[in-house]
Amino acid sequence: MKSKRSITTRKWTDRLVRAFSALAVALAVLTMLWIIGTVIAYGHHALRPSFLINPSRPYGIANGGIANALLGTIAITFGAAAIAVPPALLGGIYLSEYKDNRAITSVLRFSATVMMGMPSVIIGLFVYMIMVVPSGHFSGLAGSVALAIIMYPVIMRSTEDMLGMVPYTLRESALALGMTRTRTTLRIISFAARKGLLTGVLLALARVSGETAPLLFTALFADSWPTNYFGGPTANMPVLITEYATNSPFAEMHQAGWGAALVVMMLVLTINIATRLLFRGQNDGH
Amino acid sequence: MITVRTDSIFYWLCLICAALAGLLMLGFFVQLSLSSAATWREFGLGFLFSRDWDPVANHFGALPSIVGTLCTTVIALLIAIPLAFAAALFLVDAPPLIAGVLSHAIDLLAAIPSVIYGMWGLFVLAPIMQAHVQPFMVDVLRLHQLPLLGRYVGEYYNGFGILTAGLILAIMVLPYICAILRDVIRMTPPMLREAAYGIGCTRWETAKDIVLRYGIRGVLGGIFIGLGRALGETMAVLFVIGNLMDMPEDIFSGATTIAATLANNFAEADGLQRSALFALGLVLLLMSFAIQVAAQYYLHATSARRGESRS
Repeated sequence: MKSKRSITTRKWTDRLVRAFSALAVALAVLTMLWIIGTVIAYGHHALRPSFLINPSRPYGIANGGIANALLGTIAITFGAAAIAVPPALLGGIYLSEYKDNRAITSVLRFSATVMMGMPSVIIGLFVYMIMVVPSGHFSGLAGSVALAIIMYPVIMRSTEDMLGMVPYTLRESALALGMTRTRTTLRIISFAARKGLLTGVLLALARVSGETAPLLFTALFADSWPTNYFGGPTANMPVLITEYATNSPFAEMHQAGWGAALVVMMLVLTINIATRLLFRGQNDGH
Repeated sequence: MITVRTDSIFYWLCLICAALAGLLMLGFFVQLSLSSAATWREFGLGFLFSRDWDPVANHFGALPSIVGTLCTTVIALLIAIPLAFAAALFLVDAPPLIAGVLSHAIDLLAAIPSVIYGMWGLFVLAPIMQAHVQPFMVDVLRLHQLPLLGRYVGEYYNGFGILTAGLILAIMVLPYICAILRDVIRMTPPMLREAAYGIGCTRWETAKDIVLRYGIRGVLGGIFIGLGRALGETMAVLFVIGNLMDMPEDIFSGATTIAATLANNFAEADGLQRSALFALGLVLLLMSFAIQVAAQYYLHATSARRGESRS
């Protein structure tokens, strides 16, 4: 057993650790500010109106922009939401409301939780095999499906948590009034938890809108307007940033990449912070 | 009659939607196994231990990618765990308002898209590593001349490589580990902490001997969650790792990880190489799956208690 450490040593160790604790927090917060600051510092030069309304163009052609990538990202992300949100909400309802078969519920809850930790690159590979190979071409739709698979377990689990917070007496009152289970769940329980459900969906949306790796295998990129969402490579912001930052030696392209990064970051952080502020107290912090 | 039928239809609809999560999980395994079958037939389990990656000779091995993945992950966790634990201790004891603001600020680290970490790493962190940090480690500290660890540090550097990637991963996983550790520390019964203070323990002694021991399963769960994040991260690593399909010599050498190899080579690959990439994907899937299962195993007890405290 440890013994006989002088009170001075113990006190100084304690002070040292507390200083390190404060330092750790400062380090984390400052790094966050450093990254955001860097993106703003490099990116704000690029943000001219023409940058936001022109489509991307190959190097050397003046007045390239990011409008097509922005539209493509919006199409892909909302496509993903359209695919994932309704079934994910229903899945969450099952986990929270139907406890008649504990074994099935816990197996499904377990797979959803495990799926939340799956690397997004794996999901990209999976969607490549089930959609891009059979159809013979990359497409925005495949990108949407990949992002939908990433969102699915996230929304399912947040739905379960939020419905679980609705007091049980509310269910009993509704059922006692003669409502069916379906009506109780949809009109009473889900309505009571609506803020929480929306928070879960928005946070999931913010999370996937900056997701890059799966799009490399599915949506890819194109310098054209995203008119071919169902049938061909579709422009999107994350892949544009990757292309401009890594595959181009030109300062102009790097500049455009920073501009695009700034737009994506603003988009993601705005959704994230706004959601947390609007629905404070409803979510559990991470 | 009609209402009964709607109820059972709705029940089955919900069940099918929930079952989709399990089916997708199963689908990943089936699809990746099928697509990588050619590789396993050709190289067998030797694929995992072979160092070659030669598209011309059609010979492929996973070892460099696996080693790169493990090295970056270990470095990330070595940096992130102490920082996350220290930060969590600070945040739990801080006044609620300050703690709230700072916790959200740290959580924002998790909200920044990984491609932006990659860009920041490429244009900001890597040049700083090359110009200041690595010269300091080599020329001033002379770490490469240390008796035992020296050979893992290396003498030559260019800003990119395992250490830089590990550093970025550390920043990325920090908020995840920190969030779970905050919950774990809060879960310790106040009575235990008060008793420790009562017999004259300092805060640090209470934290390490009482809180850490009481919540050790939660701490392990948090570490596994961080591990899973670091293992599968693609874009941030891809930008700074150097993308060399060689065995890394030391922490300054360029290398690759499984996820970075997939993203980097997939577009040009066909035939056996594509199958080998799927085999790498399967390896990553199995690793992530095992880690998530471990994380859930350790967090299970704590999450049940967390659920109670929340309601």
